[in-house]
Amino acid sequence: MTEETWIAVAPKSAVPEGEMLGVSAGGHQIALYNLDGEIYATDNICSHAFALLTDGYFDGDTVECPLHAGRFEIKTGKGMGPPIPCDIASFPVRVVGDDIQVQVTPKT
Amino acid sequence: MSASGARYVIVGAGHAGGRGAEALRAAAPEARITVIGAETYPPYERPPLSKELLDGTMPVEKTFVRPLDWYAEQKIELKLGVAATAIDRGAKTVTLADGSSISYDRLLLTTGGRARRLKMPGGEGPNIVYLRDIEDTKRLKERLVPGAHVAVIGAGFIGLEVAASARKYGCDVTVLEVAQHPMGRVVAPEIGDWFANLHRSHGADVRTGTTVTSLEPGGRGLRVTVSDGSVIDADLVVPGIGVEPGVELAQAAGLDVQDGIMVDEFTRTSDPDIFAAGDATRHFNPFLGRHLRLESYQNAQNQAIAAAKVMAGGEDPFEELPWAWTDQHGVNLQVVGAPLAWDQLVWRGSPESQSFVLFYLAEGVPVAANTINSGRDMRPIRQLIRRATPMDPAKLANTSLKLQDLARG
Ligand SMILES: Cc1cc2nc3c(=O)[nH]c(=O)nc-3n(C[C@H](O)[C@H](O)[C@H](O)COP(=O)(O)OP(=O)(O)OC[C@H]3O[C@@H](n4cnc5c(N)ncnc54)[C@H](O)[C@@H]3O)c2cc1C
Ligand code: FES
Repeated sequence: MTEETWIAVAPKSAVPEGEMLGVSAGGHQIALYNLDGEIYATDNICSHAFALLTDGYFDGDTVECPLHAGRFEIKTGKGMGPPIPCDIASFPVRVVGDDIQVQVTPKT
Repeated sequence: MSASGARYVIVGAGHAGGRGAEALRAAAPEARITVIGAETYPPYERPPLSKELLDGTMPVEKTFVRPLDWYAEQKIELKLGVAATAIDRGAKTVTLADGSSISYDRLLLTTGGRARRLKMPGGEGPNIVYLRDIEDTKRLKERLVPGAHVAVIGAGFIGLEVAASARKYGCDVTVLEVAQHPMGRVVAPEIGDWFANLHRSHGADVRTGTTVTSLEPGGRGLRVTVSDGSVIDADLVVPGIGVEPGVELAQAAGLDVQDGIMVDEFTRTSDPDIFAAGDATRHFNPFLGRHLRLESYQNAQNQAIAAAKVMAGGEDPFEELPWAWTDQHGVNLQVVGAPLAWDQLVWRGSPESQSFVLFYLAEGVPVAANTINSGRDMRPIRQLIRRATPMDPAKLANTSLKLQDLARG
């Protein structure tokens, strides 16, 4: 079993308000969102077919997949109806200095 | 009839049937729901059939709308591998091919459609594959071996997707299209030609303005003769020439059928207890102000959801802007709107690039758009089209202005 760890993924300035950024950490592809100054992190890969959510549309507290318009809540990773079959992971985030850190269990 | 204890029957366990069942269950937790499907698979999404399932990058189960055990968990009865053969509207029963019958309070028809056949000698046979279901994809995939010569008839979405998948397998590919431009029913000639060039750059021989005049057994499999007199020696022919709506059951039951089961914006057929959704229908779209028959994922999914809600007592119409997409050689094209005419095209981004948007304007009003590798723009584009007000073309073309700001006006 690998332990959950905090990993620095980007400087906060790299994710301005209303923007998203795709990063990777511990073998996960992660989407970072800046909603009103607060940073959130979810899996970056849509649970429907295959697309990166950071190629999609960030609107309010949801992100819309660029391929088939499936949507997720960015704060929880909750899928919001068809065609999304299941939720995606959401990761704890903290900002230390100017570093955005996410807490993940590294994939081996 | 109370919606809670009602008896709902869905005929057609395809994409619309699956989404309809799911939405019915959500809207009517106590209702009895039965889905009847001629195929042996649970409801599945068809887009991967010419793409990821065909090129081997997606397993079959991933196409399922819901996993098989989900239906039992939700107390949705799935009767698979058996067709419905008749509807008795007086008795409110559906008869199945195994001789049994089932009664309904409300019936949803999601009978989809089938691939249109070539109506010429040689149009059926061991070396012709029409693509509509999982079995067709399996049969086609077996034949896509390096060096095989595949002739695709029709440069629509499905034909071109098959052409792209076949090139991935190392097949020689010839695409034969009767019109002057690919995908001419849905996009401007400029976009059709852009895709013709994409396929040519991947080694396909794309011939537009070309009619197939005969199909004869011989050579490697089939000899395809075309209007300029040349002959293509093909191992395999894949026609992609459209869909015929599955209307037989509705027609035999005396419902209004006119190239599709006629439904209003509430998905109601001419019988108040019978509803229909998906490829089988010709529906009224309030935004466009006319009836249209669509063969698309969005229409299957969301018209079925709308139908389920109305069947369970809801009052909201289905009134979305038509939207569809295709993936070819790694390029994602999305098409929104269904204009009968336009008088101006506005490019946002360069067609020389791999990512841009094309707006279709009629008297200054955006009525449709295509996104090439820019699906993220779809949402503000929909809002722009829905506003139905004239837009400054220079602003639409200016990539330093955000579409969401333009959509807000
Ligand atoms: C190869 C392919 C690729 C596609 N790609 C795209 C794409 O990229 N984007 C897009 O927007 N759209 C795409 N589409 C279109 C989309 O898949 C269809 O619009 C959608 O499947 C229609 O759903 P439906 O439920 O109306 O019909 P279907 O999915 O065809 O389902 C109808 C079902 O009803 C069953 N049935 C019919 N009659 C009876 C009966 N009497 N009794 C019992 N069962 C019956 C049939 O066996 C079938 O299973 C594609 C279609 C195909 C074939
Ligand atoms: S891949 Fe995201 S909605 Fe289909």
